[in-house]
Amino acid sequence: MEHLFKPTPIQKKFFTPIVIILSAIAINGLVFLLGRFVFGIGAVTNLNDQFPWGIWIGIDVAAGVALAAGGFTTAALGHIMHKDKYEVIIRPALLTAMLGYTFVAMSVMIDLGRYHYIWHPLVMWNGTSVLFEVGICVMIYLTVLYIEFLPIVTERFIGRVNLPGFLAKFNNTVDKLLRVLDRALDKTMFIFIISGVVLSCLHQSSLGTLMVIAGEKMHPLWQTPILPLLFLLSAICVGFPMVIFESLISSKSFGLKPELDVLEGLGRMVGPMLLIYLTAKMVDVVIRETYVHLMTINTESIMFTIEVMIGIVIPLRMFFSRKISKTPEGLFWASAFVIFGVLLNRVNNFIIAYTPPYAESSYFPSFGEISVTLGFIALEILLFRFLVMIFPVVSTPQKVAFKTKYAVKGLFR
Amino acid sequence: MNKSRRNFLKTSAFMGASIAGVASTKPVKGAPKNILSDDRMGVLVDTTVCIGCRKCEWACKSAHDMPTDPIEKYDDRSVFDKRRRPDAHALTVVNEFENQNGKFPIDVKVQCMHCDHPACLSACIVGAFSKEENGTVLWNGDKCIGCRYCMVACPFQIPAFEFDKAWSPDIKKCDFCFDRTKKGMLPACVEICPMEVLTYGKRSELIRAAKEKIRLYPERYVDHILGEHEVGGTSWMYLSSKDFAQLDFPKLGKNAAPGVTEAIQHGIFAYFIPPIAIYALLGGVMWLNKNRKHEEHGGDE
Repeated sequence: MEHLFKPTPIQKKFFTPIVIILSAIAINGLVFLLGRFVFGIGAVTNLNDQFPWGIWIGIDVAAGVALAAGGFTTAALGHIMHKDKYEVIIRPALLTAMLGYTFVAMSVMIDLGRYHYIWHPLVMWNGTSVLFEVGICVMIYLTVLYIEFLPIVTERFIGRVNLPGFLAKFNNTVDKLLRVLDRALDKTMFIFIISGVVLSCLHQSSLGTLMVIAGEKMHPLWQTPILPLLFLLSAICVGFPMVIFESLISSKSFGLKPELDVLEGLGRMVGPMLLIYLTAKMVDVVIRETYVHLMTINTESIMFTIEVMIGIVIPLRMFFSRKISKTPEGLFWASAFVIFGVLLNRVNNFIIAYTPPYAESSYFPSFGEISVTLGFIALEILLFRFLVMIFPVVSTPQKVAFKTKYAVKGLFR
Repeated sequence: MNKSRRNFLKTSAFMGASIAGVASTKPVKGAPKNILSDDRMGVLVDTTVCIGCRKCEWACKSAHDMPTDPIEKYDDRSVFDKRRRPDAHALTVVNEFENQNGKFPIDVKVQCMHCDHPACLSACIVGAFSKEENGTVLWNGDKCIGCRYCMVACPFQIPAFEFDKAWSPDIKKCDFCFDRTKKGMLPACVEICPMEVLTYGKRSELIRAAKEKIRLYPERYVDHILGEHEVGGTSWMYLSSKDFAQLDFPKLGKNAAPGVTEAIQHGIFAYFIPPIAIYALLGGVMWLNKNRKHEEHGGDE
């Protein structure tokens, strides 16, 4: 059993027609973002005293955190459960999580009225605040993700340090430092990997607790004390589909053969997870007798039905079907449905379910809000493409057939 | 509905406890600085006396150095055509409601209720809110990061945000004239009210007075002091001749707004035992799997 795949920087042209379109979307978003900083939040968004949070929190932050769950789920599978087969997907998932959380932090920053005080939670603690816990966990986890990515950076540059101009005389020193860093990380990485998983479990669930305090202002279909459990389960559900979805898209984009065997293995684990999530959600609806709200047709009941049917039931069926979950198309669409379902769940929880008592009209995001959200997503994809061209992240077939250690060193000694 | 929710909370607390091994039935703490003094003050609003002169609106703006029209302009009653809410430019507003069985319309002043267990205070990420000894719920602009979670949390939908300001926008809400009461003065609205709609006093005495009023004039008042028990009690309390739901008050239970969240939080974070337990568990699993791999590969890797 020889591993023929090895993570390498991808050598392709950066600019393609799609990249140019994405760049345009990103620039459009940045223009509106500039507007937010010059004229204030009210000028660019449709937020008001009744609807203090919009899609920048509902999609960019809440859904962003959920969709970056591929990072901790693959880390748990590859490093903690030690399933070597899945090593190839760990690095792309890690990079996605790292970028995802970076953009979550940026979205929080632009949504804060007093963004210059973003460091306040570090020194001003409020133990009763769910938001404080989420904020601190996300900050630490983001740091952990950067640390987990460092070995990829050292791998890229060790023995290849080539500083420009007069800095060249430091080449040896830098190389030595990198080697020291690499060895230190090698020895300690397990601490960070476990921390990453624990921190993820904590803030993924607490993100659900966030809306519980809204009490009666939140529609009973979603307002439940087990929201943290539902958020954690759905985050775990969406981790692997996100990896599958991304892996299929990037292999298509870079003209590589998708590692179907690995993706299929991931897909096999999604079905049972979805079943657990669906059960928890249904038990909740039955025990709290909130199904009565599904008898009337309104925005809430329709959105809830779509979320459960398209986001959970259909992909559940697809992942349990041996025939569908063996083809790349089947895997792609089943994963897309799960991603859509969890994204919609976060939107439902943070926006649709939130019905403040004195609202004169319901909230719909402004063109500016949508532009910024899309712009950030485009920017994230572009950065991913850029980084996999510099760093050894995506595994490509190698001519030399030797057994490689990817993933994090030190775990295989 | 309420009962099933309670049961569900118990279930979830049990789930948390079974992970933690620690039961968490702590009472609501509110936050570090949540002193519920027996002598805390309050205001009793008797909506049956209010004539809707809106002098309180003017006094409030003047006392807080906010731009305002001259006081004569406040006689204009056309503003009552629309339901208004306190916002970044007005910390209190008066709304008028039709009264089918009475001669006069009902006027209701709206402002922050100054809860005994404020949701804003519990929710605030940096602890920018404080419950002062005299009952005031105060916002601290030196801490606030403008995340607007207090607005999501508030059961009365009171905190307002300066959406039109690009640099350092404030959260705006009634501060119970903290700077005035500190010096022994009355809150501006209470002081100016010509009809004595607003009574400022010790909260416990106000409740006694309100109950006496209801007992003496049962045909004048509904037997309900809004704010005595709602969300665990508020400093501002209301008397009315009508059901409060008809006067645009949200229907709220007796449980303090932050109760459920704090129970969940304390369940997940019971002395950091659950996180540490998960950490240890994962570490153990990792170690076992690593050793197993070692044996399989003969320890060459």
